[in-house]
This record gives sequence, C-alpha cells and structure tokens, in this order.
Amino acid sequence: MDSQRLDNTALVKRLVLITLAMFGFGFMLVPLYDVFCDVTGLNGKTSDTAAQAPTSLIDESREVTVEFWSRTQGAMPWEFQPTLKKIKVHPGKVTKVFFRASNRSNDDMVGQAIPSVSPGLAANYFHKIECFCFNQQPVKAGETVDMPLIFYVDPALPAKFTTLTLSYTMFDISNQIAATSLTNGESS
Amino acid sequence: MSKVIEQDHHEHHDHHHPSGGIKRWLYTTNHKDIGTLYLWFAFIMFLIGGCMALVIRAELFQPGLQIVDPDFFNQMTTVHGLIMVFGAVMPAFTGLANWMVPMMIGAPDMALPRMNNWSFWILPFAFFILLMSLFMEGGGPNFGWTFYAPLSTTYSNDSTALFVFSVHIMGMSSIMGAINVIVTIFNLRAPGMTLMKMPLFVWTWLITAFLLIAVMPVLAGAVTMVLTDKYFGTSFFNAAGGGDPVMFQHIFWFFGHPEVYIMILPAFGIVSTIVPTFSRKRLFGYSSMVYATASIALLSFVVWAHHMFTTGMPLFGELFFMYCTMLISVPTGVKVFNWVATMWRGAMTFEIPMMFSIAFIILFTIGGFSGLMLAITPADFQYHDTYFVVAHFHYVLVTGAIFSIIAAVYYWLPKWTGNMYDEGLAKLHFWCSLISVNVLFFPMHFVGLAGMPRRIPDYAIQFADFNALISVGAFAFGFSQLIFLYLLIKCIRENHQVPAKVWEGADGLEWEVPSPAPYHTFEKPPLIR
Amino acid sequence: MYRTACILFAWGLGIGSASAKDLPLNMPRGVTDISEQVYDLHMTIFYICCIIGALVFGAMFAAMILHRKSRGHKPAQFHESTKVEIIWTTIPFLILIGMAIPATKTLIAMEDTTEADLTVQITGSQWKWHYKYFDYNLEYFSLLATPMSQINNRFKKEENYLLEVDRPLVIPTGKKVRFLITSDDVIHSWWVPEFAVKKDANPGFINEAWTKVNEPGIYRGQCAELCGKDHGFMPVVVIAKAPDEFDTWMAEQEAEQRQAKEKEKELLGMNMEMDELMTLGEKVYLARCAACHQPNGQGIPGVFPGLQGNHMVTQDQEAHIDVVINGVNGTAMQAFGKQIGLKEMAAVITYERNAWGNNTGDIVQPKEVYEVMQK
Repeated sequence: MDSQRLDNTALVKRLVLITLAMFGFGFMLVPLYDVFCDVTGLNGKTSDTAAQAPTSLIDESREVTVEFWSRTQGAMPWEFQPTLKKIKVHPGKVTKVFFRASNRSNDDMVGQAIPSVSPGLAANYFHKIECFCFNQQPVKAGETVDMPLIFYVDPALPAKFTTLTLSYTMFDISNQIAATSLTNGESS
Repeated sequence: MSKVIEQDHHEHHDHHHPSGGIKRWLYTTNHKDIGTLYLWFAFIMFLIGGCMALVIRAELFQPGLQIVDPDFFNQMTTVHGLIMVFGAVMPAFTGLANWMVPMMIGAPDMALPRMNNWSFWILPFAFFILLMSLFMEGGGPNFGWTFYAPLSTTYSNDSTALFVFSVHIMGMSSIMGAINVIVTIFNLRAPGMTLMKMPLFVWTWLITAFLLIAVMPVLAGAVTMVLTDKYFGTSFFNAAGGGDPVMFQHIFWFFGHPEVYIMILPAFGIVSTIVPTFSRKRLFGYSSMVYATASIALLSFVVWAHHMFTTGMPLFGELFFMYCTMLISVPTGVKVFNWVATMWRGAMTFEIPMMFSIAFIILFTIGGFSGLMLAITPADFQYHDTYFVVAHFHYVLVTGAIFSIIAAVYYWLPKWTGNMYDEGLAKLHFWCSLISVNVLFFPMHFVGLAGMPRRIPDYAIQFADFNALISVGAFAFGFSQLIFLYLLIKCIRENHQVPAKVWEGADGLEWEVPSPAPYHTFEKPPLIR
Repeated sequence: MYRTACILFAWGLGIGSASAKDLPLNMPRGVTDISEQVYDLHMTIFYICCIIGALVFGAMFAAMILHRKSRGHKPAQFHESTKVEIIWTTIPFLILIGMAIPATKTLIAMEDTTEADLTVQITGSQWKWHYKYFDYNLEYFSLLATPMSQINNRFKKEENYLLEVDRPLVIPTGKKVRFLITSDDVIHSWWVPEFAVKKDANPGFINEAWTKVNEPGIYRGQCAELCGKDHGFMPVVVIAKAPDEFDTWMAEQEAEQRQAKEKEKELLGMNMEMDELMTLGEKVYLARCAACHQPNGQGIPGVFPGLQGNHMVTQDQEAHIDVVINGVNGTAMQAFGKQIGLKEMAAVITYERNAWGNNTGDIVQPKEVYEVMQK
C-alpha cells in the first residue's frame, strides 16, 4: 500500500513540475518570440539599440529607395510627419533624415515611436545609428520638434530588395509615464 | 508498479455503498460517480452552448438585424465557443475516461480519488462565473473564444477579468483530470496489462493527458498576460510598450492547436473500440494506431502558425507551417484506412454505436479534407476567417468529437445503467442528427467559399438562401438532441436487463463485470492473459 | 462538375432550381493572375480530396454491404500487415509532395512585393478603412454606405447590401499596386476575394500585400478579423480603372481635396443657422457616431457611454469639442478631427447638444471648433 503511495506521489510531483514548467514556458515564449523575430525579421522589428557606423564600403553600384511612413496611434493629438517622403540611398551610406512632431494639445505629452520595416526580411539590413525611437519623446504643449534618424542600409542587403518601407507609429504613453512616476515617488 | 496492486485494497476502501442524497455526489470519490457527474455536466453545457448557437442562427436566419444587437451577438459566439470546447467536449471526454479507464485497465478506481472530486467540482463554478458575466453591465466576453489582443485587452470591458478567472479554473480542472489519468494508467494497471495491451481508448487518453498538461498551462499563461496587460500596465501585447499583438496569437495557438487534438484523440480511441466490436474482428494495425496517435500529438506542436497565415509571416515560415500541417494528414489518413481495413471482411452489424461511428468516420474525414485544403497557404488566404473554416471545425468537432461521444454513450450506456436503451428512439435520434447536422454545416462550405466572413451578425443578400437553410438545420439538430435526453432518462429509469457482455463482439475488461457495473469493480485485480 | 454537384445538393435540400443558379457556391476565380492560380490550387486539392474520398468511402460501403453478419459473412482473422501500412503511408505522402510544389510556387509569387507601380497605405480602425496614396496628395476614409434603415429592416435591402461604401479605393488596372496595411486600434483584416488578397492590419506594425488587376470593375470584400461590435459592417470596395482614367480621377480628387481645404477657411467667417446645423448634424451623427453611442444617444451601458443627459454634452462645451476632435486615448473614441471637416464637426456637436432632450440651445460654429483645434 505504502509503496504504491510513494509511487503515486513521485509521479504526481513530476507531472506537477511539468505543468509548472509549461506555465513558465508560456512566459518564456515572450523572449523567445523576440529572438525569433530578430532572426527571421518577423513583423519587421528593427533592433532597438544603436548600430555602429558602417565598416564596409559604400555600394555605389545600386540605389535603394527608403520610404517613410509615420502615423499617430488612435486618439493622439499630435502631427507626426517625416520631412521627406522617400529617399534614394546607396547601401552603406550614412543618411540623416528628420521626423517632425507637433503636440497640438494643451498638455505636455510623451510619445514613443514604434518602428516597423517592410519587407520584414529586410529589417535586419536596416541599421539605425541614432533614432528618436530609442527613447521616449516628451513634447510640450503646442511645441514642434524635429527628431533625427541616422541610418544606413547594409551593403549586404540582397539585391531583390529595391524598396524598403520604414514605418513609425507614435503611441501616446503620457499616462503610463504619469502612473510610473507616481508609484516611484519623487525620487525619479 | 503493478505488483503493488496485488496487495488487497480492502483496508483502504471500506465497502460502503453510496449514501443517498446530494451528499453522495458532493463528497464522492468514486470514479463511476464522478464520471457520471462529468457526463451530465457536459450534457447540460452542451444544451446551454447549443441554445447560444441557436441564438446565433436565429439572428442569421435572414439578413438584417432582427433579434440581438451585434455586441450581444459577439458575446454569443464567444461564449458558445468557450462552453462547447471547455464545458462540453472536454468534460465529456474526462467523464468517459473516469468511467472507463479504470475498468479497462483493471484498476479499482482512479489513482487520486480526492483530487478527482475536486477537479470536477470546481468546473461548475468556472462556468457559473462565465455565464453570469453575460448579465454584467456591458455584457460578457465579446472578443471571440480566441480572445485576440488588443481586442481583449485595451478594447474589452471589465467582464474580461471574470473571463480570465473562469478560464484559469477550467484549466486547473483539466490539468488535475489529466494528472489523474496519467497516474492511473501508469500505476494502477492490472498485472499483465502491458502498455501495448491497453485498449486504444486508454492509449489515446494517455497521450491526450500529456497534451493537456503540456498546453493548458500555456493557456493559463496567455490569459494571465491578458489580465496584466489590461489591469496592471504590462505590455506583452501592446506595441506602445515594446510588445506585439501578433505574439498573442503565437502563444494562443501554441496552446490552441494541441487543444484541437485534445478534443479529437479520445474520439479516435472510442471509434477504434467500437468499430472492431461490431465488425467482430480485431482492430487492424493496433500498433500503427498507437504510433499514429503519438505522431499526431507531436506534430500538433509545430503547426500552430497555420491559424495565422494572414498575420504577415516571412515566406519560409509560411512554407514550414504549410508542409508540417500537410504532414499531419498522413497519420490521420492511416487511422481512417485502418478503420476501413478493420471493417473489411468482418461480420458487421449496425447497432446505434456503430452507426454513429461510421458517421464519424465519413464526416470527420470530410472535415479532414477541408483541413487539408486549409493547409495550402495560398488558398488559405481565401478561406481564412470565412464560413469555410466554420464548416471545417464543426465537421471535426460536432460530427467528429460530439458524434464519438454520443457513440461512446450508446456503447457503454447498457453497462452503466444495466438497461438497454430504446432502440427505436435511438434510431430516430441518429437519423435526425445525421441529416440535420449536414443541413446545418455542409452549406457553410459554400457560403464560406463565396466570401462570407465568420463572426458577423449580418451578411450580404447573396448569402441569404443558404443561411436560412443552415438555420433550419441548426434548429433541427438542436431539437434532435432532446430525443437523446429523453432516451437517456428513459434508459436509466426503465428496466431492460442486459448481460455482462452487452455486445456480442465486444472485447475488454469492462465487459467482464456485471451490468450495471457495481459500485466497486476490480478490487481484486483481474488476470490478464 | 463541382457546380453541378453542388446544385444537385442544393436541389436535394429543397431549394428551387431558379434560385440555385444564383447561389454562391464556390470561390471566385478572381481578376488577377494570382487569384486564378489560387483558384486552380483550390480546385486541384478539392478534386484530389474527392478522389481519395470516393476510394476510401467506396471501400467502406462495399465492406458494409458485402461483409455484414446478416448475409452470413464470417469474420476474417487478419489484423496486421506492415506492407499495407507502408503503402498507405507512402502514397498520401507522395500526393502531398505533388500538392506542395504548385502551392509553394504560388506562395512565392504572392509574397513578392517588389517593383510596385503604386503604393496605397491602408489603415483599419473601428469600423472603417483609411486609404492614403503614397505618391499623391490624397487620403480619405471609406465607410459603410448602407443606411441603418435597411439594416433594421425598415426598407428593402438593395443589391449591394452591406457591401457598399461612401468612397471606394480606386486603383489602376494592369499596374502592380502595393498595399501597406496597418491598424489604428484592434486587429482588422483587409480582404478582397477577387484579388485573393487578405492581410491582417496589426496595430503598430505594417504588413505588405500586392495585386495587379486585369479587368476594370468594382470589387467588394469585407473585414475578415473580428474587430469588435461592428466587425460585420466594415466592407472593402475597390474600383479598378484603366490607367488613363485613373490618372484623370486622381487629378480631380487632388484638386478637390485642395479646394476643400481652402473652403474650410471661408467657413470661419460664416455663421450657420440652428436648423441647418441640426439637419447636417443628424446625418453626420448617424453615419459616424451612432454605431457606438446609438441613434437614440443612449449608448450601451458599460461599453459605450450615452450622450443623452451626459454631463460633458450638456455642460462643458469646450471639453465636448475637444473630445470629438482628439478622441479619448485607449478607448474606442477616435480622434474625429482627422476624419471630418469643420462644418460637419460643428454640426454634429450642435446636434448632440440639442437632440434627445439635451436641449441646451447651444449653437456651435465652425469657427469655435477651429479655435479649439488651434489651442
């Protein structure tokens, strides 16, 4: 009788462990998904850290069209536009463009731009040396700011890609900021 | 492990017989009582979910908005799906496992009887919460049973918290049930009952139980993330905070696709039990059936993204998931071929369980064919989220899972009650169900191909004729199930004694105990040849 | 053959022959090369399934007829055959490979969005589509045009019930048109069956699809991903025009959009009458606001706030105007400042402040809306 008990308990313990491990795995899927996206360019996520300046030579033999598309998400009283609609660049050449954001509301607001590159597979070849999307962008009421983006297209970009589209979606995160600074107290 | 069984069980289980009244059911740890509770619960949920389907079909009988408003319509589609998946099909299979698995492997009870009681009795609370959320201000969950973010996070109402809570409870119940089945099968088999001698129903349930403990926790993780995204400021699925709404779909379908097989593998086991009985011939290719079941289960973990071809995936991702999905049709095909080979040159009779099993084989295969069509990615762009998909999964779940459950009930009902069911009523039930279910789901293929999206409360007029027909079929199928309810009550109350071995060609330990099966069976383990 | 089979089926179910002819039965062949390839794939796999089904079910029914106990058939004893198992694992496998090859080819073609002649940015939001031509100065919203009276069965439903919009997307034929698709709130899916294009619109991310339409015409589709209450009421309508007609149309539209902006300025000096504002306001309200706030202004408790007796609507006029212009972040209340003109905005706010017994008597002029916008 007792030996069977043990047997059951050991097995149940193991099964419960598997269950807990799978619950953890559910959450593990979040970082795994990011790795998966990085590798495959799923969703056209670009790296959210600054790239080094290019080391390879500029590929003068071809030009790639980079299109810019910017929008604000949902109800956000900002105007947010690229100053240039599109630009032709040689792969490897460092280029600087600006995006203009105007806060049309009466309140100081904070925005966060989320990049997305299409075609997704080309995202890994799009390097940003400096980007306003790396940081939150506070814009005071009624203010207009020009936000820089310094980028280059990797010369290793496969020849089949002739046009890259870079989209920025500006999200209003003022409330989230307010909430965190409240909970963090005055220290921050 | 089986040596422990040889010791007597007497000291532990005193020979009490069920006490009367509600307490018997509340405190019971008897696998047969709990099995009965599960089955009745599933049947009640099936009727409630069915009523919701009828609300949907009544609204869709004609174009235009007549009966419900679009928001309530969405709540109906959502709760119908949740109830049918978690409240009807899964508890029904767990109920069958509770009743039959110990009897089939010569065990006296489930291995963890108190947990068994617990895992059943939390279920009614889960569904009470879910159903009551419909009466909240703003209504119940309305984002589809797949609860895609951000519709279920930023844009949902506060009943979402209740929805999450009830899904958690359902998940816990399923996981406890699955652990119980695994421990029972591993530890309580009668001496000589080796794994490869187990009936296929036991095998498929063992594999299902492993699928359950592998993916139900992932679902729990997904709903938890929805909860924290909605109420606690996390950004798993919110692009503004660096999350990604598409990731929700990946996590959900990582659970969701194995879940589909959780709902069909035990059905394979049931049909593999019934077909040989009425063909009077051993199951063809027993071991290949076991291997096919296992490979379907394994493949189910690498095909999840075929539900998401339109979300924008890299090409090689689409190709990978297309090939893997097509591959699943091979072991599934093997199963169908094996059933046909079992019938071939048998000596067949066509009692009601067999009729439902044959209907299962044909109609499930039709569902399998549409599944194969859906696997072809370029064509899936056209089929995705249309009524073609609705037709597909209702063919595999209603004429698949539900028909197999009904077949199982007819097959073992005489063993459970000791009485034969009313053959005439059963025939009526079968033919009404068979005809109406096809009137209900077959035309959905056509409207889907012609371009009717799913989950819409109103549609363009060219779909009107077929939708009217579908609604007629839906009501006919719904009312046909009342025949079944009446038949069940009649069978339990009346007295048409049956012998221990109810069916001439039946094989298995459950037919060695008297009918009705006594409250305690196999307290002394049987001898397996 | 498929059609005949389906029609026979429909007949069998008691639908008259006259209507069977018009019944929608199969996937449309479509008007692009890709959609035709998809259709062919669909039919091939369908016929393969039919053949396998006929063989399997044929064998099964033969067994059911020949090998029944009532005929005195004695059961055979065989129950295993590795040879047979290998055969029926291999053959389906080979059939699958045969299917996978054309499917892969089509898929590769579908995913090739390079070298497009025209780019259209598509943004879904609850429950409308927004189109923006990348290389032109034109953008607009596209809303369901079917009146509520037809949906509520007060009037007869017309031919394109639920499949008609106020401003369809217009694209040239014979040109490769690239779609960049995203969403403003929840996930939507942009679908035109005749093009075999269905792509999800994910908030924060862009997706690409393309089409090259061979035939001029009007093509209709619907949103294909559950996106909330009015998911069934956000159709997609695309008009394909010959390239020269498209150019003329585009020139006209661009000119109109410019003129409209200039006209807005004239409005600032204008004073509109209450009656005029109320009539226009009701129209705008029913088209834009009634889906959530309901035609009777009572909203849906717990989901969408009612406007009847609402504090903001009856008291604070500036806050009211501000909400309509800028929306409420994180809710279904959109920023209508981007969607409708000053005049309509003034009208709809006036309407809300005076309808359903709100009778505040307030008249909001376009100028006041403009002032709030500039603040």
